Amino acid sequence: MSDGTQKKISRRKSESPRSSSAEQLSPQESALDWQEDLDQILDEIDEVLEENAEEFVKSYVQKGGQ
Amino acid sequence: MAIKKICGIETEYGIIHDGLEEFNPAYSSSVLITSYLAARQEISGAATPRWDFNDEMPGNDARGFLRSDVLSPEMHPQLANAILLNGARYYVDHAHPEMSSPECGDALAAVLYDCAGDVILRQSMDTANAVLPEGESISIYKNNSDGKGNSYGCHENYLMDRSVPFSEVASGVMPHLITRQIYCGAGKVGYETSWEGDATSDATSGFQLTSRADFIEEQIGLETTIKRPIINTRDEPHCDYRRFRRLHVIVGDANMSQVATLLKLGTTAIVLAMIEDDFMTTDIVFDQPVAALRTISRDLSLRKLVPLATGEQVTALDIQWEFYERARKFSDSGGLEHVGEACGQLILDRWEGVLTGLETAPESQAAVVDWVAKYRLVEAYRQRHKLSWENLRLKAFDLQYHDLRLNKGIAYRAGLEKIVSDEAVAEAVSNPPQDTRAYFRGRCLEKFSQHILAANWDSVLFDVGQKYPQRVSLMDPNEGTAETMARLIDNHESPQDLLAHMPGQTSVDL
Repeated sequence: MSDGTQKKISRRKSESPRSSSAEQLSPQESALDWQEDLDQILDEIDEVLEENAEEFVKSYVQKGGQ
Repeated sequence: MAIKKICGIETEYGIIHDGLEEFNPAYSSSVLITSYLAARQEISGAATPRWDFNDEMPGNDARGFLRSDVLSPEMHPQLANAILLNGARYYVDHAHPEMSSPECGDALAAVLYDCAGDVILRQSMDTANAVLPEGESISIYKNNSDGKGNSYGCHENYLMDRSVPFSEVASGVMPHLITRQIYCGAGKVGYETSWEGDATSDATSGFQLTSRADFIEEQIGLETTIKRPIINTRDEPHCDYRRFRRLHVIVGDANMSQVATLLKLGTTAIVLAMIEDDFMTTDIVFDQPVAALRTISRDLSLRKLVPLATGEQVTALDIQWEFYERARKFSDSGGLEHVGEACGQLILDRWEGVLTGLETAPESQAAVVDWVAKYRLVEAYRQRHKLSWENLRLKAFDLQYHDLRLNKGIAYRAGLEKIVSDEAVAEAVSNPPQDTRAYFRGRCLEKFSQHILAANWDSVLFDVGQKYPQRVSLMDPNEGTAETMARLIDNHESPQDLLAHMPGQTSVDL
């Protein structure tokens, strides 16, 4: 690898393209909405999580594949 | 010269079978698949021809030699092994049910068929559980690790120009495969390995970006089940080996996020096309590739510096920005035609968006990046119940993120963005892609299943009522598309007729 490469990657760090269109690229839901939903989601996870989590984890054994 | 990046995904799913004294995963996987095939045959009347092992040679190494002792257990004719109407292969591989998607024309189509695969596995759970004795049930997980030292894969395949030396492909794509995990990683609770120079203080707890990094032990190699490499050298193109190669990528995680799957396939396809066109102007070489892969996987801040061979210290984001910027220039010079122009633009926009988001506020990517989605939820859950990272409820949480049952899967509750509609996925369950040879395979199976003796990726073997069967070879994955075949298949009611009207395609199979 050349010195030129080294400089090039370093330069990207200081000049990497901070998108001007960041707004349109953000996820659909804002962080605020998420916080409001979080408790509800955690309640639901409490409901669906395997009742005997310990037993479930211990019995989840796979043979190695590719 | 870059060629069209036809691609596909192979997923080995995790399987458990409740209510059994002794669990035999190969048997349970077979029950799962055969129950689905039987139910499908009842509905569609389409028979299920056998898989044709004629073109399998997993011992061929892209570096130019042949390992004669590599005969993978997948080549076992007694286990379920079928071709589906959408052109996919559905079979028992080792000890897992595996779905190999049909050949897809671009990364977005690969997302669609990956989702169709999940639907088929879900339907298979229903068909299997309907025939199993009371008290028994099978459930399926789209993950890559059992948390007990065992890993199983989600592989990607890309069509490549054979004339580009494999060494160039390997060195060119290596830094991408090491760093793309910052948006492709499916996340994992816990660590399972340590290595020389490992700076991770507590090697049994915590959270990391990928489930696969702990199981990658080599830079390059032929193995897929032990000593797994970053670059897999299996040279088994399933098409004309003089013109093509199939790059078999085994380092990735199975994704629940559709956008992550798009980015995994899409960015890699662009990088490979840039390598073929000699468009990469910098050689990025990590000083210790395997250590770099693992170090990046355990750095949730995404700020950790990792050494290149030059001694320069970089972050995974630095390297990804480098690839992204080069890809933008590739786009400006018309390079995206190789990955589908429209799909290519979508990939670039999403790529820029995810890097920008991860750099400024990683949690902003919770709707698109699996590890972020999983981490936010598991961390909130951990705090709510005041659990340590070693608590098995968090491991259960991790497993259930990947549970394919809609009433159990945590990923389905994580607010992940959809980029393909449920309707399109339902369509893809029983219809092949239009723009690859999968079209011919799928349509012939739909229309002439009673006359197909066997099929595989590059051929379909017909019984035409003569002494010898007739093989239709499709040695170019770009052949056999709807454009060239739809009318022929529509207009002929028997395979004899069809074959008589396919100029230059058929050969007698002896």
